[in-house]
Amino acid sequence: MTGFPTLLYKEVLRFWKVSFQTVAAPVLTTLLYLVVFAHALEGHVQAFPGVSYVQFLVPGLAMMAMLQNAFANSSSSLIQSKITGNIVFILLPPIAAGEIFGAYLIASMVRGLVVGIGVFAATLWMIPLPVPNPFWVIAFAVVGCGMLGTMGIIAGIWSEKFDQLAAFQNFLVMPLTFLAGVFYSMHSLPPFWQAVSRLNPFFYAIDGFRYGFFGQSDVSPWVSLAIATGAFAVLSWSTLLLLRRGYKLRH
Amino acid sequence: MAFAVEARDVEKRFGGVRALAGVSLAVEKGEFFALLGPNGAGKTTLISALGGLVLPDAGSLAVMGHDVQRDFRAARSAVGIVPQEIVFDPFFTVRETLEIQSGYFGLRDNGKWIDELLDRLALASKARANMRSLSGGMKRRVMVAQALVHRPPVIVLDEPTAGVDVELRQTLWSFVRGLNAAGHTIVLTTHYLEEAQQLCTRIAMMKEGRIVALDSTANLLASFSERVLRVKLARGSLPPELEAGAVAAPGGWWRVPVEDVAHVESVLARLRAVGAEVASLEVAEPELEQVFVKIMRREDAA
Repeated sequence: MTGFPTLLYKEVLRFWKVSFQTVAAPVLTTLLYLVVFAHALEGHVQAFPGVSYVQFLVPGLAMMAMLQNAFANSSSSLIQSKITGNIVFILLPPIAAGEIFGAYLIASMVRGLVVGIGVFAATLWMIPLPVPNPFWVIAFAVVGCGMLGTMGIIAGIWSEKFDQLAAFQNFLVMPLTFLAGVFYSMHSLPPFWQAVSRLNPFFYAIDGFRYGFFGQSDVSPWVSLAIATGAFAVLSWSTLLLLRRGYKLRH
Repeated sequence: MAFAVEARDVEKRFGGVRALAGVSLAVEKGEFFALLGPNGAGKTTLISALGGLVLPDAGSLAVMGHDVQRDFRAARSAVGIVPQEIVFDPFFTVRETLEIQSGYFGLRDNGKWIDELLDRLALASKARANMRSLSGGMKRRVMVAQALVHRPPVIVLDEPTAGVDVELRQTLWSFVRGLNAAGHTIVLTTHYLEEAQQLCTRIAMMKEGRIVALDSTANLLASFSERVLRVKLARGSLPPELEAGAVAAPGGWWRVPVEDVAHVESVLARLRAVGAEVASLEVAEPELEQVFVKIMRREDAA
């Protein structure tokens, strides 16, 4: 562990220096979603008994923002470093693959969590939530951000151009988050789409996260945690393998 | 005793291109070594392999006796590479850039050395400036500082003076000379051959992924380059026996090959004998450029 603390510090500082764009902007976007969907759908959708639609919406939207920002952090940092060429300053020092992985991952998780905290800070005074199980809230926030931070590293390593990264974001990350039950309970879907949703690892992150707030969920939080953690583990292992082999980084 | 840099049968292909076709080379500790060759000869690939940016298909490389793959931490700690392209991270200031780079090598309290680097590279006034705001020459100097934050025993400069003004070039070379005098091994690539001739004690020339010449600068100059007497006549003409070996140059100059200074005397005597009057003359010392051109042509012919 020589370069890890500094690389982590640099990655956090990188987004923090432009926090207006990397934290404030996604919080605002999330609030806009909240206002628009709450207005349009309040009274039409009853997800959980005893939980208003607006309340139901907040954790899902917060998690969506967290996932997207965790992904954006590692992927944009890597692609920018690759395209501008300053990635050499990370590749030339004696930093091991595991250290690079850990630093990019944790910085992504920090960004995701900060955005999540921002969303709750902005909404809690209007929309109070019960939070009977804070353990689940924290566990799913961490695992969800970890999963997407790792995916961001893979996307950043794989992409050679910004439009390739944008494709990854628009055709994989966006659909998976939007169709992960942010706006509805999975039980409201026809059986086929319920089955499809169960293949989406993001769904478990959001469903389990919501359990922490309401004590209710579509799937047992233990199952969700196992699946989300499993997905995170597989992604992490693959990422480490890519980094060790120097895939698209060391030619 | 281990070499500062050692390459053994290093091969690398990029698709159909053989960037390195079996390069072996050893640089002694404390040497000022030049790696010369035309564009695409494989110099940058070799340097990249030394820094672990390129993974060779075959062969091995070591820095200060540490294999760059197996013992990458020790190898990379022992070498500072200044990349050829100007690259920088636009999020940070000059000082932050150097502090972060120190941290990558596990150095937490490197302030004093950073101050010294900033001072010696004339960057002190820009320490708090964002990297984006610097001129190209200043960015280049920051890159040199970045490669030196960990005081590496081996310093590799990949065309550090390409597109750099005269003043900076001189500052840079006096700085690098000082580092060499202090015991650092310097490996340099450049297209300015007079720089290599002045600075380097030993030279390797590469072409198409191979080393085509490797010797001390003095030996290369002695065996491939000749002294030339440049002479301009006010009156008369060259005697036929001199004209046969001479080459006409623009402005009425003749280039007459000579072996040494004593030979100059006999050339002048022959000119006097035919009644020619010398307007101007100079003895040109051997030039690395001639050596380079001859070696590259020889390789083309082979």
